[in-house]
Amino acid sequence: MKNDSSKNVLLIIPSRIMVRGIEGVFSDLGEFRVAGILSDISRTSEARLRNIDADLIIIDPVVFDYATRPVGRSYIAEYTDVAVVALQTVVMEDEVWKQYDEVIGIYDAPPVIIKKLRTALSSRQETPKSDSHELSTREKEILICVAKGMLNKEIADLYNISIYTVITHRKNITRKTGIKTVAGLTVYALLNNLIDSGSVE
Amino acid sequence: MVLSPSMKLADLIELNYALLSVLSRLGIDLGFGEHTVGEVCASNGVDPGAFLLICGVYTYDDYVAPNDLLKSSGPTDVVKYLHKSHSFYTNDELKRLEASLEELVKPCDEKQKTVIRRFFSEYRQELENHFAYEEDTVFPYVRALLTGEPHDGYSIEQFEENHSSIDEKLNDLKNIVMKYLPSACDTVLRNRVLYHIFFLEDDLDRHTLIENNVLVPMVNRLEENEKR
Repeated sequence: MKNDSSKNVLLIIPSRIMVRGIEGVFSDLGEFRVAGILSDISRTSEARLRNIDADLIIIDPVVFDYATRPVGRSYIAEYTDVAVVALQTVVMEDEVWKQYDEVIGIYDAPPVIIKKLRTALSSRQETPKSDSHELSTREKEILICVAKGMLNKEIADLYNISIYTVITHRKNITRKTGIKTVAGLTVYALLNNLIDSGSVE
Repeated sequence: MVLSPSMKLADLIELNYALLSVLSRLGIDLGFGEHTVGEVCASNGVDPGAFLLICGVYTYDDYVAPNDLLKSSGPTDVVKYLHKSHSFYTNDELKRLEASLEELVKPCDEKQKTVIRRFFSEYRQELENHFAYEEDTVFPYVRALLTGEPHDGYSIEQFEENHSSIDEKLNDLKNIVMKYLPSACDTVLRNRVLYHIFFLEDDLDRHTLIENNVLVPMVNRLEENEKR
């Protein structure tokens, strides 16, 4: 049943009934387990969001107010890079749902839910979780773009990857080099011969 | 240890020698003999409460400014101190840092020098803009508040909201000097630049804390009194 290979899921869902339902699905089918439950997006929740060791998040976008809903996904991305699946309990505009890696409906059969969670997980695993201290080839490519002054959106389009993947790469670059600002990364890129001075003008 | 006006100033410096720069920025000369903090402050015309608050932030990492000190002293000397610090950073520290950095990168090739110089001047610009806002907007506002002159629509709350951090570029520079400059650069010079950056980083950090944890609550109190 609950073995170590099961994936940790953080629930951000205000409804206790929904939470119980998902816990039920997980305990019947295994593979996933609930690692934490947040009932809202408050300041204390933010701290837990940052620290929790989850492989996946299921969120009911009703926790965001109307204006925040269309950017809810990027809000989560500021704290963690894991896959985020939406739980659809009420009707919202299409653009709200499009941001998420998957959308679960409340009438989905348990196996369908598990399948959707798997899909969401595998879609995110392309993002490298590199533990190496050296920059990977892709990170170097992205660093060069950043040093040249390209925006995240432009980099995402160039390499045909999602904007969240770009953000993850940039976080990894900063974590490895200790350099946060674009100007600093430009100096780094030049000192390491990744760019020549002509391309930063 | 609680800092108090009755302790000897020499003992205070023994406790934290970084306070030497606080003394010079407040215009307190050395050679104070066995005099206490309170006595030296009185003879130099410095508010002892403000002095102790500044020393507290400088000495203890999690210093919480005591309410009685915040109440008993005014922001005049805090502003004076912050203003002096600004000119100390821009006129002394940054010039010295720039000169030693320039010497350090001598063996680098031209394009490397150019990009490092440009980075440094961007940092200087950022810091100067940051200080200029405080010098041109915040400090005149506090002075007007103190003298009861008219002051239009500004409040210290706006300062709190816009008080951005200015430590990212300096931190980047530290990493660049420590980790990424070519090995042709001299180690002794490199250490000198690094010591300087570490010192500046800490000093600027304390500077920000004095603004947020001493100046802001003092001005908040003045604003509340004015409303009554």
